[in-house]
Amino acid sequence: MTVTSPDIDLGCPSGLAPPSEDSTGALDAFVKRQGTEATLQLLVRGAKCGGCLSKIEKAVSALPGVATARLNLSNGKMRVDWTGSLNADTIGATISDLGYGVSAFSEDESAQTEKKRERDLLLSMGVAGFGMANIMLLSVSVWGGHGEMGDATRQVLHGISGLIALPVVAWSGRHFFASAFSVLRHGRANMDVPISLALILAFSVSVWETIHHGPHAYFDACVMLLFFLLIGRFLDARLQRQAHAAAHELAALQNASVSIVDRNGTVRAVPATNVSAGDHILLSPGERAVVDLRIAMGISEIDESLVTGESLPRQTGPGETLFAGAVNLSHPLQGVALGPAEDSLLSEIGRMLEAGEQRRSAYRKIADRAVSLYVPFVHTAAALAALSWWVAGAGMAQAIMIAVTTLIVTCPCALALAAPVAQVVAAGRLFKQGVYLRSGDALERLAEVDYVVFDKTGTLSFGTPELATMVALSRSHPDTPQVPLVIGVDTRDQRLSQAAMLARSSRHPLSRALVNAAGPGPFAEGTIEVPGCGLEADIEGERCRLGSAEWVGIDTKIEAAGPQLWFVAGDSDPVCFQFADRLQDDAVEALNALKARGLEIEILSGDHSAAVADMANRLGIDRWQSGAKPHDKVARLETLRADGRKVLMVGDGLNDAGALALAHAALAPGGAMDVSQSASDAVYSGGLSSVELIIALAQSTRGVMRQNFGLAAVYNLFAVPIAVAGLVTPLIAAIAMSASSLIVTVNALRIRAKG
Amino acid sequence: MRYAFAQRAEILEIIAYLIPIALFLGVVGLVAFLWSVRSGQFDDLDGAAWRILDDDDDRPKPD
Repeated sequence: MTVTSPDIDLGCPSGLAPPSEDSTGALDAFVKRQGTEATLQLLVRGAKCGGCLSKIEKAVSALPGVATARLNLSNGKMRVDWTGSLNADTIGATISDLGYGVSAFSEDESAQTEKKRERDLLLSMGVAGFGMANIMLLSVSVWGGHGEMGDATRQVLHGISGLIALPVVAWSGRHFFASAFSVLRHGRANMDVPISLALILAFSVSVWETIHHGPHAYFDACVMLLFFLLIGRFLDARLQRQAHAAAHELAALQNASVSIVDRNGTVRAVPATNVSAGDHILLSPGERAVVDLRIAMGISEIDESLVTGESLPRQTGPGETLFAGAVNLSHPLQGVALGPAEDSLLSEIGRMLEAGEQRRSAYRKIADRAVSLYVPFVHTAAALAALSWWVAGAGMAQAIMIAVTTLIVTCPCALALAAPVAQVVAAGRLFKQGVYLRSGDALERLAEVDYVVFDKTGTLSFGTPELATMVALSRSHPDTPQVPLVIGVDTRDQRLSQAAMLARSSRHPLSRALVNAAGPGPFAEGTIEVPGCGLEADIEGERCRLGSAEWVGIDTKIEAAGPQLWFVAGDSDPVCFQFADRLQDDAVEALNALKARGLEIEILSGDHSAAVADMANRLGIDRWQSGAKPHDKVARLETLRADGRKVLMVGDGLNDAGALALAHAALAPGGAMDVSQSASDAVYSGGLSSVELIIALAQSTRGVMRQNFGLAAVYNLFAVPIAVAGLVTPLIAAIAMSASSLIVTVNALRIRAKG
Repeated sequence: MRYAFAQRAEILEIIAYLIPIALFLGVVGLVAFLWSVRSGQFDDLDGAAWRILDDDDDRPKPD
C-alpha cells in the first residue's frame, strides 16, 4: 500500500491558502429548525478561489436532503438549507474533509448595524445619482437656452428640478442632517454641519429664485454636492466595515461546541458559550480547546503554536493547564473547565483586539486635518462676503445669495473624495500583487512606519520543521559515543525510508517532515504510538523504534538548535535526524530591502531562545526576544510606542493578534489565523518581499493624497475670490465642482499607472 | 404677443412628453438599482465572478 503526500487535493486548489487541519466540533447545537426544514449558517475558512467554491458547494449539495448550499466567497459565510434527518455534523465533516476550516456562525448585532449603514449609504448614493442626472438634464437646457428661453419655460424647468431635488435632498441628505443635528444639540460641530448648511441654504435659495422668476437656481449643484459626498462616505464605510470584521471572526471561532461528560459518563455536545467552570470536558484528537482546561485524565501531545508561537508539539498530562486555542494532536484528553468561554485566553485576546482597534480609530487622518483647516476658512469667507456686499449697499437677498454661492462653490467634494479614491485605487493595485488591504486609513499609517517587528514561526519561517541533517552513532565504539559518524548515501536512504514507514502513521509534525523528506512509500503495519516517547513497529522481523533518545535507549545527547528524532532498527547503529525551521525563501533579501529603507527590525517570538537565536543569526538581526507570551508581545509594543516609534507588526498566530491590533500598522501572511488577518491592516500572499512593496506603495499613496488636498486648496484659492466677487452662476458652479472632483480622481488614478 | 404665446405652447408641448419619458426611464434604472442592492446582488462580488466559469451544471440537451 502506498501513501502519497497527505496534502494533495486538500484545501484551495489554487494554493492561495494552506489546507486547514482543524476538525470541527459538533455543529448540531447551532441548527435552526422549522418543522422538517433546517438551516445552518457556517463560516468557512481557507476558501479563496472558484475551485474552492464549486468543490465545497458540490460536496454539500450532494448530501441527502440538502436543498441549497451557497457559499459567499467574499466573506466566507455559507448557508445550508435542508430537510430530513441529515446531521449538521455530517455537513461540517464534509467541508473539513476537503481541507477547509469550518465553524458555526451567528451574526452579532453590531455587525448587522454596520452592514445596514453601508447599504443605506449605497441606496442614498443611487437616489442622489438619479436626481443629479435628471436635474442636470433640465439644467443643461436652461444653460443652453440662456438669453433665448422664455421666462415661463425656465420657471417650469426650475420647478420640475425642485420637485425632483426635494425628496432626493431630504432622503439622501438625512445622513448629514441627522449627524449635524445630534452634534449641534451637544453644542459641538463636525464636518456635517457645514455640509448640511450648504445643502439647506442652496435648496432654499433656489426655491426662492424659482418663485421670484429668478435666473439662477442651484438645484443641480445641491444634488451634485450630495452625490459626490455620498460616494466618499460609502467608500469610507465599506473599508471601515471590513476592518471591523476582526472581532466577529474571533466570535465565530468560539462558536464551536464542546463535548461535556456528565455524571453518568454520557457525552453530549453543548455550545461553547454554555460551558461553566467545573464542567468535565472531553477533547478528542484533532479538536481545538475553546475554554481553558485543567487536564484530569489522559496523556497526549498538544499543538500550542496558536497560543505560544512554539512550533513543536508539547506533551501534556494530568494536572497541567491547557489554554483555549490549543489543538489536541494524538490521544483523547479529559479535563475540567477552569471558567466559562468568556474568561478564556481566546476572549482575553479578543479584548486586546478591541482595545487596539479603539486606539487605532483615534488616529488622526490626513483628511480630518484638512477638514479642520477648511471649515473655518470657508465659513469666514462666506460670512465676510455677505457682510461686505450688504455694507456696500447690495440688497439682503443678493448678499445671502453670494454667501450661498461661496459655500456651494467651495464645496468639500474634492476634500471628501481626495482620500477615499486614492485609497481605493491603491487597494486595487495591491490586490493585483496578492495583497488584501483591510482598512482604508491603513495606507497612511503604513507610510509612517519606522520600526518593524516580526513574529518568527509562520512569518519569517514556514512554521513547519524540515529535515536538515542525519548523523549516526556507532555502537561498536562505545568509548567515543560523542563523535557522530558520517553515513553513506545507501545507509542514509535505507534508514530514512525505514523511519518513514513508521512515521507515516503519525500526525506529529516531525513525522510529517520525515515523510516529506522520504517521499511516497509503504507504511509499517501495527505501528504503536506512545505519547511523549515515539513510535514502534516490526519491519521485516526487526524491532524498529523512532522517537526521543530515551525511547531508543540512548543516553548521549547531540547538541543542536532544532528538534531531533532518533531511529533504531534491530541492533544497527542509532541514527539521529535533525530538523530545522525552514526560512521563507525570500526572507534574507526582503529583510535587507527593509534595512536599506532605513527601517529597524526586531524578532519577537514565543518560541524557545535557541530556535530564535539561530533564526536571528541566519538573518543577521541582532535584536530579538524569545519566549514571549501574547501579553509580553503587547507590552513590548507598548514600550516601543512610548518611545515614539511607529511600529509595523508582522505576525500570523493567535498569540500575535493582540500585538497586531495594537501596532501602529500590522501585516499578516496569507497562511495566518483568520483572527490575525482581521487584526491586520493588510494580508499578503506573495512572500516576505511583499512587506517592502506595501510600504513603498503606502508612501506613494500618501504622496498622492497630499497632492489631492493641495489641489483642493489651490482650487479654493481661485473659487473663493470669484464667488465673493459675485460672479458665480449655476453653470460655473457645476463646472467648477465636477472639475475639482475629476482632477482629484484622475490624480489618484496615477497610483494605478505607476510601476 | 401672439407669436411668443405660440412658441411657448409649442415648447411646452414637446417637453410635456420628453420630460416625463426621461424621468420614467430614470426611475426604471433607479428601481432596478434599489432592487439589486436590496436583494443582495452586490453581497458576493468575488464569488459571482467565479460562478460563471463553473460550467459543471450544464447538461446536454435532452433528445
